[in-house]
Formats: sequence, structure tokens, C-alpha cells
Amino acid sequence: MPHPVLASPDLIRFEGDTPHLVGSRCDECGEVYFPATDSCTRCTATRMSPHDVGHRGTLWSWTIQGFLPKAPYNSGETPETFRPYGVGYVEMESGIKVESRLTVADEALLQIGMPLELTLIPYRTTGEGDESEVFTFAFRPSASA
Amino acid sequence: MAQDVAIIGIGLHPFGRHDTLTGRAQGAIALRAALKDAGIGWESVGIAYGGSHDAGNADALCNDLGLTGLPFINVANGCATGGSALASAVAAIRSGSAEFAVAVGFDKHPRGAFNPHPRDWGLPDWYGETGLMLTTQFFALKTRRYMHEHGITEDALVRVAQRAFRNGALNPQAWRRREMSYAEIAESMPVNLPLRQYMFCNPAEGGAALVLCPAEVAKRYHPKPIIVKAAIVRTRHHGSFEVFSPALAAQQAPAPTVTASRAAFEQAGVGPRDIDVLQLQDTDSGSEIIHMAENGFCEHGEQERLLRDGETEIGGRLPINTDGGCLANGEPIGASGLRQVIEICTQLRQEAGARQVPGIPRLGYTHVYGAPGVSGVTILQR
Ligand SMILES: [Zn+2]
Repeated sequence: MPHPVLASPDLIRFEGDTPHLVGSRCDECGEVYFPATDSCTRCTATRMSPHDVGHRGTLWSWTIQGFLPKAPYNSGETPETFRPYGVGYVEMESGIKVESRLTVADEALLQIGMPLELTLIPYRTTGEGDESEVFTFAFRPSASA
Repeated sequence: MAQDVAIIGIGLHPFGRHDTLTGRAQGAIALRAALKDAGIGWESVGIAYGGSHDAGNADALCNDLGLTGLPFINVANGCATGGSALASAVAAIRSGSAEFAVAVGFDKHPRGAFNPHPRDWGLPDWYGETGLMLTTQFFALKTRRYMHEHGITEDALVRVAQRAFRNGALNPQAWRRREMSYAEIAESMPVNLPLRQYMFCNPAEGGAALVLCPAEVAKRYHPKPIIVKAAIVRTRHHGSFEVFSPALAAQQAPAPTVTASRAAFEQAGVGPRDIDVLQLQDTDSGSEIIHMAENGFCEHGEQERLLRDGETEIGGRLPINTDGGCLANGEPIGASGLRQVIEICTQLRQEAGARQVPGIPRLGYTHVYGAPGVSGVTILQR
């Protein structure tokens, strides 16, 4: 299966069909960053290496985006067609918490500590006649952490 | 010991919506009022610091006030613009580089939530394009986690907003002057849960200005000078939970508010229990609750009881945001921090009318917080 068009390809690496988040790790102190950075704000070093942040985590905090964001948000929705979406910080294996969209936007189904896994969701079309979908990363509920 | 600095003039153009006035015009009105309060002319001012986020360069005020040749420093520090202008003005007088200094701010924002551009904040485009770069989201995410860790419920979020509008109703200069019922707030539109419509402040318009001079000569100009015991600005450390963060570090660090507050108390030589009236940044109900503890006024988790027991009301032990705060006044970014200082000066002068705290307040406190993680704290004494 061909991989989908991504809003930012640099953020994702595939293991088979499973997406993983790609960040960086400080060569000096080991601090992990997402997205990847050129320098370490913890120890001020400038030698960083690419780092697989993983594809599983637990929900650390969450909200539901209840109104259509202004630009630069570019989903193409209007106030009439806008559908609220979940946003959370997801704690990954290294302890870093990654801000992400959530596939769930129902407060009854979201709970701090719940296990999540990375997926890709279409959030806009290319708007280039063929109207291909553009994907971004999101976390969805999973059976295990 | 550096010499003390006093505030001898305060001026406010009320916050709200003023369709016929530019932001700068509102700043000029506030500045003229502050000069009049101090009893000095613009030509006497030796240095000025001013800021506006969306209403042009602050030094354009010279075109209104007069081209006297003074050094006018434009300040751009987000929500902490006013606090930064004041800290700079205090430093200028302490250093002896001016006899009179001005701190001024004004703004005029478009309606609706702020829409920052990622590159202005050193962030990638996708962060904004995919719908993750909203200040309201950050406040909700930080509030949700804080409630989880410290056992705070939605009841506290409602009570903060209810008190803000109750105080706003007592303040003739407030924008929102209508009290709201508990249910009206608790059932208002979910903006970013757990935060709802009436738990958020709105971008607004307005102007605010201060005139400062050395404390030893202050009584020549105003019968009730207010001494600036501390004016501190601090930025974030690695690991603090800040607005516009695509990720948070594994190990959490204290917020810049904590470091600014500690430094201010140390500089002033007083503690949280000595403060009689205070202003805390309340862009939303959750932020005010977090800021109560981050500034040292209570333990984490104690807020809900303090709110329920009325301790944060005008007549309580810890009167917070007596003018209605950002929730009832709105937030013109460039002016907001100076509004806080003006309200504390008004309280310490005992000129706050229906919203005056009882007794003879001696010490006041102000706190601002803004993107991308900067806090400003002042401690003021009558
Ligand atoms: Zn490092």
C-alpha cells in the first residue's frame, strides 16, 4: 500500500505500514525532542541524532477543540462544516509528551492514562483538482500501552 | 542599596471595544491621564518604554504627545509587555539615567481568538496548519492536567469566572459589568474543555500608562506615591509546560511564574502572607487557579476550598482581581499588565470605590504570564 500524502513527511517514518514519530536525541545528555531539533535546550549542546519516538503512548492531558481555528489552520472547513476534534499530550516511552490530534472528540471516551497508538488521519484535501487527501498524525485508543 | 522608585501617575483608557478610536489614541489618552495625575508635563519625561502587539509602534505616541527627543524604547514581550516596560522604567530610574520615566501600553485586536503564525515563534508551519497552535488549547491542556494532579473540579473553574464578573460589575471602568449566575457559566459553550466560553477572557482594546520617579522626591508630585518594591521578568526553563509546545520534556520544571515570583518576594523582602491585594493573570479560569499556587499564595490543590470559602473575594483574606481581571476587562496585550498595576495602585491609594478592599492595604502584587513562556511580577507598597 502506498504511504499517504503527509502534511509534514519529516515527522513520520514507517515500519511496514505502522507509522512512528521521528524526533531527535541529544548526543550529550540524551534528552529527546519532537519534532527534531538542531540543539538541546536542556544542556545547550548542538550535536543531535535522529530518534524514533515510537508509536504507542498514554494520554497525559486532553481537550476538545470546540471552534474552527483561524489561519494558518487550513483544513478547508467552514464554521458550518467544522467538526470539533480532540487534542492531547501523549506520553511516549522516553517520557516525552507529544502534542497531537486525537481521533476521539467525545469527552466520555477520553481519560488521562488511557493507552493510545499513532495513526494518520486525513485533515484536508490538496485542493489541486484531484482533491487528494492530506494526512496528519493523530493518536487513537488502543488495547494496550 | 539602589534607590526606591515610586509610581506617581496612573492613567487608564477603559478596556473594551471602541470603534471610533485607534489603539494609539487610547494609549495617548491613558498617557495624558497619567501625566496629569503626576502633575508633570510630557517634556519632563526623561525616558519612556511602551508596547503594543497589534496597534503599531508605541513610540508613535510621540506624534500625539510631542516630539521632545526623549529615548522611547518599543517593548514587544507578548502578554508580559506591560510588565517588561515597567521593569525597564524602574531600572532606568534606579540607574539615575532619568528623573521621570513612563511605562505605557495600548492595543486593539481583531475579534475572536488570537491567530499566531508559527514562524514568528520559531515553530514549523504544520504545527499551525494542522490545528495545534492555539492559546486556548494550551490553557485547557494545562488546566486539565493540573486538575487531575491536584484534585481540582469544574466547580473551581466556575467560581473564578463568577467572582471576576461580580467584581467587574462593581468597576465603572470594566468592559463586562454584568454578574453571571453559576449555571450561566457552567453551561456556557465548550470552547476547549474543561474551559467554557465565560471562563475565557477576550482580546480587547484599551490603553494604560504609569509615570515613575525616585521615591525620595515622589511626594512633591503625588500625595500617595506607590513604591515599587520589586519588578521582575523571567522566561521559561527547559521542561516547563508552556504555550506553543509541540512536545513537553520528560522531566517537568517549574514555570517562569514560580521563578519570577520567588525573585520578587526576595527583592521586596516580604512573603505571600504579607500581600493585602493581588492581581493574577486570568486569561482563563484555569490559569488563575494554577497561578494562585505558582505565585506562592496557597498550596497546590488548596484553591478550590479558598474559592468556595470566599477567601479570594474583595472582603476575603486574599482578594484576587478586584477590578474583574482579564475576564471582565478583556485583554489588550500591550496594556493588560499595566492595568493590573493601576488597579493595585488604586487599591493602595484607597480610591477603588465600591470594589475597595477593607482596612488599610499596605502591600499589593501583580502577575502576568504570556507566550512563549514569560512572566512578570511586581510588588507594590503604599
Ligand atoms: Zn542535551
